[in-house]
Amino acid sequence: MSTLPSSPDTAHAQQPGPSHSPLHAPAPHESGLKHTSGEALYVDDLPSPPGMLVGHLVTSTHAHARILRRDASRARELPGVHAVLLAEDIPGDNQVGPVVHDEPLMAVDEVLFLGQTVALVLAENAAVARRAAALVEVEYEPLPALLSIKAAVDAGSFLTTPHVIGRGDPDAALAAAPVRISGECMTGAQDHFYLETQASLAVSGEDDTVHLWSSTQHPSEVQAIVAGVLGVGRHHVVVEVPRMGGGFGGKETQAAPFAALAALGARATGRPVKVWLNRDQDMAFTGKRHPFWGHYEAGLDSEGRLLALNVELVSDGGWSTDLSHAILDRALFHLDNAYFVPALRFTGRVARTNLPSNTAFRGFGGPQGMFVMEEVLNRAAELLGLDPAVVRERNYYREAPAQLTPYGQAVEGNRLPRIHAELMASSDYARRRAEIEAFNKGSRWTKRGIGFQPVKFGISFTTSFLNQAGALVVVYTDGSVQLNHGGTEMGQGLHTKMRAVCAHELGVPPERVRVMNTATDKVPNTSATAASSGSDLNGMAVKQACEVIRERLRPVAARLLQAERGGEVDALAFTGGRVFLPARPERSVSFAEVVHAAYLAQVSLSSTGYYRTPDISYDRVAGRGKPFHYYAFGAAVVEVEVSGLTGEHRVRRVDILHDVGTSLVPSIDRGQVEGAFIQGVGWLTCEEVLFDAKGRLVTHSPDTYKIPAVGDAPEDFRVALLERAPQDSTIHGSKAVGEPPFMLAIGAVTALRHAVAAFGPSRTPVELASPATPEAILRAVEVARAAGALPDGKD
Amino acid sequence: MAPPDDDSVPKPLLPQLSRRAFFKGAGASALSATLAPSAHAADPSPPVLGPEPAPLTLSINGRTVTVQADPATTLAELVRNHLGLTGTKIGCDRGACSACTVWLDGEVAASCMTLAFDARGRKVTTIEGLAKGEALHPVQRAFVENDAMQCGFCTPGMVMSCAALVDRNPKCTLDDVKQAVSGHLCRCGTYPNVFKATLAAAQGGGKAKGNT
Repeated sequence: MSTLPSSPDTAHAQQPGPSHSPLHAPAPHESGLKHTSGEALYVDDLPSPPGMLVGHLVTSTHAHARILRRDASRARELPGVHAVLLAEDIPGDNQVGPVVHDEPLMAVDEVLFLGQTVALVLAENAAVARRAAALVEVEYEPLPALLSIKAAVDAGSFLTTPHVIGRGDPDAALAAAPVRISGECMTGAQDHFYLETQASLAVSGEDDTVHLWSSTQHPSEVQAIVAGVLGVGRHHVVVEVPRMGGGFGGKETQAAPFAALAALGARATGRPVKVWLNRDQDMAFTGKRHPFWGHYEAGLDSEGRLLALNVELVSDGGWSTDLSHAILDRALFHLDNAYFVPALRFTGRVARTNLPSNTAFRGFGGPQGMFVMEEVLNRAAELLGLDPAVVRERNYYREAPAQLTPYGQAVEGNRLPRIHAELMASSDYARRRAEIEAFNKGSRWTKRGIGFQPVKFGISFTTSFLNQAGALVVVYTDGSVQLNHGGTEMGQGLHTKMRAVCAHELGVPPERVRVMNTATDKVPNTSATAASSGSDLNGMAVKQACEVIRERLRPVAARLLQAERGGEVDALAFTGGRVFLPARPERSVSFAEVVHAAYLAQVSLSSTGYYRTPDISYDRVAGRGKPFHYYAFGAAVVEVEVSGLTGEHRVRRVDILHDVGTSLVPSIDRGQVEGAFIQGVGWLTCEEVLFDAKGRLVTHSPDTYKIPAVGDAPEDFRVALLERAPQDSTIHGSKAVGEPPFMLAIGAVTALRHAVAAFGPSRTPVELASPATPEAILRAVEVARAAGALPDGKD
Repeated sequence: MAPPDDDSVPKPLLPQLSRRAFFKGAGASALSATLAPSAHAADPSPPVLGPEPAPLTLSINGRTVTVQADPATTLAELVRNHLGLTGTKIGCDRGACSACTVWLDGEVAASCMTLAFDARGRKVTTIEGLAKGEALHPVQRAFVENDAMQCGFCTPGMVMSCAALVDRNPKCTLDDVKQAVSGHLCRCGTYPNVFKATLAAAQGGGKAKGNT
């Protein structure tokens, strides 16, 4: 502290000018060079601290069983084993349930799914740990297991009470409707398959403290759960997130148990402990996207306008509640998707099964709810012989406040009519649909299809208090900046965006801003980086922190520039690493010089920032409120080709027009749209999670679980961001982007149905299961072809 | 790491087996029985290694190194755990995601499916050895310029495959690129930009061979 700060660094000074803001311009990934050179560190890449032990989980071999006996004595005797911990070795609470406390960290007298943790082995290396795990004796008395939604419903096994949202008299409206459709549909689970599996490293410190490096979307929750398990205050736990190799919701709550095990092991042994799951363990132990069963009764007029809709949803929550409540809520909030339904009753409930606890996954129930509505509209279009895109257009919400959502929120700024018109034109939908019809007439075994999919997606955590964020911006006396914010980087480009916001507000080049690891001792009490809200919430907090510092620097800069006359101080521009009066740009001072002068003038150079989303709330009992700050919109046109001989399909072309407001960083947003779409296509066409009759996951590696690969990307992929579309009261006019484009992939289902129907006579009902794997498509083709073999007029 | 259903009983370490057969344990004893003699037939006097660590010399990124390694160690584990080169990622540990791709004597290889001892005396290039000092390989640069990454975890492997392609065939086509990365999984769905980046690198005049 005795040395003065170095003199201001002018090497980075640039010419002043408005074009120097990194906002609203493409930008390289914040860690791009590190990723391509292999320098980027994930949790498992951090240098091993001396004496580090491996934590290995001993897990249940039954989906449901009573534990009769646990004996770790033989395992403890194995050389190289430092400890084998059981539930009774937990000093605090044996509890890691994030919302409802129904999730023991380690089982005591009952196991509720195959893969539940019973014991933790701490050994010098993985080989010894595995050998020791095999020596832990656990005796089970198997109990009946519920392995499907149907089994759970039949047994009356639920995790929640029904949530009901209603309007008008749907039963009367159904009875009066000229066209009625009813049926069931099912969407399947989806494994997150983040390329980086779950990983945590815990190091004990003095005074019962622990420092964790965790691959988690929610460091504050990991901190809280670890503190609870260890029985210490949260101030004794620091959780740091370097980056994640993908999250997609799978590390929102479900990183915490593994972090807690690592912390517990570190506490018990005094050694650093790493818990890293291999791919098979990760897939077997962690929850997935909730499968949903839906039953619907819809009433429409003869032109395909919705008049009434009753829907009952049941999701598979797995063995514990996790986030199932909020996921079901979001499914109900998105049953309407983009369409006004005058009379309706939506009911939802979470079933409890003996499977891994299902959890957040991009879209958070939204895709599952929306799928039911799209099934209804597809079936209506097929029944009425209408273009499914036309049916959708006829049902769009009209401009607010004429039509409200089922929960009573106005659809402000509905951009779908505009997107619809622009995308129909740019994708040449009408001509291509006609060409496809002609192609199909002339092709016996290869049929094509085209589908249009609009999306309206509500932005905000539906648990309203979660919509808050913090930041800590630190400026050093050479003018360099450290940026801390509450969000985590999982590949979505949040750090790139936050750096751009910070650099813009302080008027410095982005290279002068270093985004720090997310850490609970820098920004406390954060919400998960989830719900597409990372940029919206943290961006505002970063902006506010920077504004505080900039306003402190303003009078200092004015003195240096001798621009202290009335109005001049407030008029000073901070841009391109310089500070100047826009009226006299030739005379400027560098940001670093201003900072240095501020330090000498005893001005604080760090600040926190904080933001909360205003004016949102929801009353779950009444089923009414304004849960969303705004809606994101988008639409896609998808063209596919199906082989009637193999059931295989290709995605020939995809056109997307998506609304991200005024994009903070367009290159990032385009990547999110493309990636979300591809992941959605995976959920709907090739990813199938299967359990055997004992509740054992059989699709536990990429050998058996197929995520989209190179060949599954659309052959012709045209993504555009909606232009001239600033959003009110968001960070620099931008909109959330992470989740909404995922649901654009439902257009692939509409396209597949179009192709499948072409195998049968006109107006053939299509029976296509989800996911539309080659087997499912082949079955649907067979049904369609069989319909063609029957006399006409059959209904 | 073995799949959880394979690790119930520890097995004695056997020499001369592929790692795959080794991990299959007793369930794959028939396979072991057929593999072991054929391995012997291929090499008349193989040294018996293990289970104790044995010395191993190979070239890593142009530098000759000698390490003590358990014969069951994979090349991926060797570079990550013994040599601290953590740019090589383990995504599935069974050769199905290609995140662990390295060059073995200039050819791409899944390092999780290669025993470290099979790289004895050979030239291994990892992502850390691709740049020539400060000069990035054109594919590395193109990946950054074309935003061909999101979470970055599959990126080193992708870069190794694409760089090998561009070095081998600077006139590569889109189909060549798709072929080169066909075994790579990217959960973020960055495939379109990977294609763009690799073609851009090729068109910019590939070369700048890595530090093999």
